[in-house]
Amino acid sequence: MSPKRVPELKKRLPVNGRALVQMARPSVSAMLRRLPFPLRAPTVPQGVEPLPKESKIGADYDTEWARSYPARLARVLLVEGVVRPAMGALASPEVRGLDRLTGLEGPVVFAANHHSHVDTPLLLSVIPEPWRHHLFIGAAADYFFANRVTSTLSALVIGAIPIERQKVSRNSADQAAELIDDGWSMLIFPEGGRSPDGWGQPFRGGAAYLSLRCEVPVVPVFVEGTGRILRKGKNVPRPSPTMITFGTPLWPDDDEDSRKFGARLETAVAALGDETATDWWQARQRAHAGHTPSLQGPTNGAWRRTWALGDRKPGRRGPKRTWPDLG
Amino acid sequence: MPRPGFVLDVDRSTPPILFNHGETFRLEKLPPGRSRVIYPAEPLKPLEHPDAAIRHALLNPVGDSDPLPALLKPGMRLTIAFDDISLPLPPMKRPDIRQRVIEAVLDLAAAAGVDDVVLIAALALHRRMTEAELRHAVGDRVYEAFAPHGLLVNHDAEDPDNLLFIGTTDQGEEVEINKRAAESDLLVYVNINLVSMDGGWKSTATGLSSYRSLRHHHNVKTMQHSRSFMDRHASELHSSNWRMGKVLRDSGVKIFQIETTMNNNVFGTEGPMSVLQKREWDWTARDRVTFLGLQKGLDLMSSSARRSIFQAWRAPHAMTSVQAGEVEAVHEITTENTYRQHLVPVEGQTDILTMGLPYICPYNVNSIMNPILVMCLGLGYFFNLYRGRPPVREGGVLIMSHPTPWEFHPVHHPSYIDFFEQVLADTTDPLEIEARYEKQFAEDEWYRHLYRTSYAYHGVHPFYMWYWGSHAMQHLGQVIIVGGDAKAVRRLGFRPASTLQDALEIASDVVGRDATVTHLHNPPILMADVT
Repeated sequence: MSPKRVPELKKRLPVNGRALVQMARPSVSAMLRRLPFPLRAPTVPQGVEPLPKESKIGADYDTEWARSYPARLARVLLVEGVVRPAMGALASPEVRGLDRLTGLEGPVVFAANHHSHVDTPLLLSVIPEPWRHHLFIGAAADYFFANRVTSTLSALVIGAIPIERQKVSRNSADQAAELIDDGWSMLIFPEGGRSPDGWGQPFRGGAAYLSLRCEVPVVPVFVEGTGRILRKGKNVPRPSPTMITFGTPLWPDDDEDSRKFGARLETAVAALGDETATDWWQARQRAHAGHTPSLQGPTNGAWRRTWALGDRKPGRRGPKRTWPDLG
Repeated sequence: MPRPGFVLDVDRSTPPILFNHGETFRLEKLPPGRSRVIYPAEPLKPLEHPDAAIRHALLNPVGDSDPLPALLKPGMRLTIAFDDISLPLPPMKRPDIRQRVIEAVLDLAAAAGVDDVVLIAALALHRRMTEAELRHAVGDRVYEAFAPHGLLVNHDAEDPDNLLFIGTTDQGEEVEINKRAAESDLLVYVNINLVSMDGGWKSTATGLSSYRSLRHHHNVKTMQHSRSFMDRHASELHSSNWRMGKVLRDSGVKIFQIETTMNNNVFGTEGPMSVLQKREWDWTARDRVTFLGLQKGLDLMSSSARRSIFQAWRAPHAMTSVQAGEVEAVHEITTENTYRQHLVPVEGQTDILTMGLPYICPYNVNSIMNPILVMCLGLGYFFNLYRGRPPVREGGVLIMSHPTPWEFHPVHHPSYIDFFEQVLADTTDPLEIEARYEKQFAEDEWYRHLYRTSYAYHGVHPFYMWYWGSHAMQHLGQVIIVGGDAKAVRRLGFRPASTLQDALEIASDVVGRDATVTHLHNPPILMADVT
């Protein structure tokens, strides 16, 4: 009999073949279902509304275990043994402005611009002590905590807590505030997601809100170059140098609400971006004149925005091998 | 609450005293019953918010001066001069005080729309600062914004095109300073006061001047009439600088002076070096183990390895005050704040003064402490750290402890080598040296070339080092160096001794057997207020 005729014969048989195959396969859940109650779960009577199933992932994922001592030790080993060398090789980070953190004590909120998935491990490897190993990260609940595996990895490796970005969530804010009050510092990307086109996005109010609520300073951070390594939409990283500039810590003024403070924070990060692209003096002159280029780039057509990106060449120091001027 | 400095009378229960000895240390027993030790005060509490204090000083100047923002106008020429590598000692941890102040000044300048800004390292006849040293002093941000455009420069005291003759004092002293600084609409001077000698008109009239100007106060006569040059009102060096300052002011050079003082926190309160800053009876078991380990470890190293370790040390100095405005009013407050940290009351003079010389002086940062600098540190700086009278009587003996190696940095100190080999082989008399040799070295084209284009101290600089010690040489009956290279010590005109006991024995020939001994426990720096 030719193989082509087998499906036809199956159709003509008086039994359900698929059911036969399923019955033949040993299934644990099916076996459990066949067990009598109370060995199996109760059935729900008709007309009764069952209680909603408690979610264990997304914004509801409990990350408390990630701040236990064994988990912290594991994270220190991972960050120092894997993340830092990997970032050194991939991103050759040049860190500037650490002197601005001299004398700063206690928990702080690091607020950085966001271009790439590389931003988080890169910042984890360059944020100085005493904050680096006492840090948690606000990560998108719908992305990093989408399932149990990514949730566990995010909590363990980068010390992430889930932050709702689709809606305002009291739970996320409470969790972050509680940790800051306990002495933990936070790394947050106020743009809420990676840049889609190389320019920044408007800052959301989370960092400013937490600073006001917990009375801690916000350290603006500008990350340059990670978009070249792994921009949004790419899956394979490409080594490229990066520059991370830490800014002067900001405290909210007495009469400042989170919106105003958030705007000031965005301006501060933009000024650091200007400082990276030009130099500190030019950046200060433009800042005082109110001409600091926005992180979000020009508001004209897409091609003009892409074109303008080329003008933002970083003022990175290369090895200078010029001969001295002997007059 | 930091403990003040005090004088300890040595008895049998006094532990051995720590003597610095270059890049090593010695523990010495001083003769009980006739010895005393002057201990410096502990580091003063630093300003809690240094950046806020700087801003406050700029906005609230002292003396006859407007706040800095009122002096800054669009289109003006602004020059910021700052102290060079010789301050502070040892170099401080980042951020350097100069960086904090300069950034604050530039921030106000940016707010006022000032475009034409030049920064000048006011190094007089010192060596030029390297890129790394400039970066450390002014910070990477300022360096990268100005240096690539040629707007952050080392002062060149031998560049005739960039010097401006301002005038002459009523005593005939010529005043010539950096042209850019003199012709600017505003000169902001950023100073660090490590000792009371620094600052005031000395900042501008010395730091930005030329040999033509400097020779009027950097000479033997001035030094021998400065009692001491750490006490401005008794210092001929300062009187000359103040006269020059008056010429500068009268000529219309507008100066906004910013002076800062720092505490004497040299080795910190934690870590292996902290033991070097503690009083001996405060040493814990851990301190003692650390010290022994440090001492043994250093003994096993080569001198260049030891030097590398110590020259890499960055002190946790912290700012104790900042004041800005008119030069003289600012300096009065600065001096008070410096004295607050340094002055230790001392009663009466002694027959023998002992001191352990450390690894660093103002002229060997990232370099070698050659024998001439050993002399300058001991007889020039430490001897002059007094107000009133020297702690040692006239005709007394000075015993210093230092290895005094016959070693020179060929790039930094080329003229020192010739000074040591030729001049000191002939005579050690400062007046004779000045008369016979100074002009030749000062005008030597090769030294001039190295000063301008390499990283060499000016040809005349070793002479100034020698003059610096001329008051002490005139005052003392004998100088003994313990543990030094005997040949180098003799070349300096001093007596070598292997141990402190030998040195005391040698000194007894001059001051008798029951001579009193006073030890200057240094560093950190102290200043004896001798009554």
